[in-house]
Amino acid sequence: MIDLQGYGPRLIEGAGVTIQLAVLSLILAIILGLLTATAKMSRNWFLRRTATVYTTLIRGVPDLVLMMLLFFGGQIGVNAISDMLYYNYDIDIYINFNAFAAGVLTIGFIFGAYMGETFRGAFMAVDNGQIEAGKAYGMSSSLVFRRIRFPQMMRHALPGLSNNWMVLLKTTALVSVIGLTDMVRVAAEASRATHEPFTFLLPVAVVYLLIASVSEWIFARLQKRYDIGFGGQ
Amino acid sequence: MLDISTWFNDLLAGNTIFTADTLGYYWEGLVTTTQLVFLSLIAGLILAVPLAIMRSSKHKWISLPVYLYTYVFRGTPLLIQLYIIYYGVVFIDGIQETFLWPVLREAFYPALIAFTLNTAAYTTEIFRGAIKATAQGEIEAARAYGMSPRLMMRRIILPSAFRRALPAYGNEVIFMLHASAIASVVTLMDLTGAARFVYARYYAPFEAFLFVAAIYLCLTFAILFFFRYLEKKLLAHLRPQDA
Repeated sequence: MIDLQGYGPRLIEGAGVTIQLAVLSLILAIILGLLTATAKMSRNWFLRRTATVYTTLIRGVPDLVLMMLLFFGGQIGVNAISDMLYYNYDIDIYINFNAFAAGVLTIGFIFGAYMGETFRGAFMAVDNGQIEAGKAYGMSSSLVFRRIRFPQMMRHALPGLSNNWMVLLKTTALVSVIGLTDMVRVAAEASRATHEPFTFLLPVAVVYLLIASVSEWIFARLQKRYDIGFGGQ
Repeated sequence: MLDISTWFNDLLAGNTIFTADTLGYYWEGLVTTTQLVFLSLIAGLILAVPLAIMRSSKHKWISLPVYLYTYVFRGTPLLIQLYIIYYGVVFIDGIQETFLWPVLREAFYPALIAFTLNTAAYTTEIFRGAIKATAQGEIEAARAYGMSPRLMMRRIILPSAFRRALPAYGNEVIFMLHASAIASVVTLMDLTGAARFVYARYYAPFEAFLFVAAIYLCLTFAILFFFRYLEKKLLAHLRPQDA
């Protein structure tokens, strides 16, 4: 076995942080993505514009720059708001800027833009006749969404969703730069301290490959489930 | 010349953060980022063409090693790859005695190597997809003409595959520009590095990072328009004809 020189428990803890961060940001990104896709397809001019600006700006700027902006700017922004509340309304609160929450918010916010594009394409791929049929049955629009549009949309969205998830997983490594103790940060610290970079960085790379392989398998199962009724397409 | 410099000074007058000094850092950062991205893309492209041909080979012993390479480099974060090369290069036996050492000691070259290997892996897969999508009829026609596999690859498969790969490759170029931001982690003064420096010096995160975000946005749009122009030129035959 490899001698991790006592960094083993911290590396495992870091792996936990990576996985939690990735899963929570994925959930946030899916919610934001659904909202963005809905806004992009809405008849309201303002909503459409806002969603387009959001997806264009986010996808035009590096993740790391956005992260630094939100991490370093976030605390200053939060302080300014609590100062404002104190001076103007005499409300005395102190909001602590939690690094983990900031990480989830940033990554979720970034990937919400990518998910928005994926979902929009998938929603448009659902045959309009299906939706009309649902309405003809007297279904409310929320019921149409739940029973007809969403399940059929997912079939088209899954390949893009899986792709986004793989990129998101790798993006979580960037939080180590900003101060969150994920497994990359632990490995980098250990490499510097012990002068044995391969001992720590290679196992972390393997963990990423493992997570990617497991999620590939899960997505293949999901695809099979949502392909039901489309006979092996 | 004097007019421009007085105009420039007037423009910056009263601005405490964006002095000529600070803008100089951003300019140096822009140069570093451009060099890094451009060189790694060129080197990655040169590596990716033979790798993609190997990857589409019928023989397992040729395609499998390439598949393993792309799997590992696409499945792990670029940051890890950069760390492994940056911290690991010292441990190559005897490297410190060779003429390469003064070059490899600086952060620029480990970053360049990491970026090149990373983009080559993605580009290989893009090209492989394009090669696989070659119409069967074209291949049959080439065979009927008695072309050798080598000639067929050169004259029939690769030229059309490159065109098909163009949109995906454009995305890869933008991805590489954005990924290059992590060069700042290994002490390189690229665009993001310049922004971090300005942030640390003036404690002004919004100014420092919003400015650099705007520069990246401009670069992204420039790449986008360049590839749209290329697609219009090179994929003209695929567009639906006007009635």
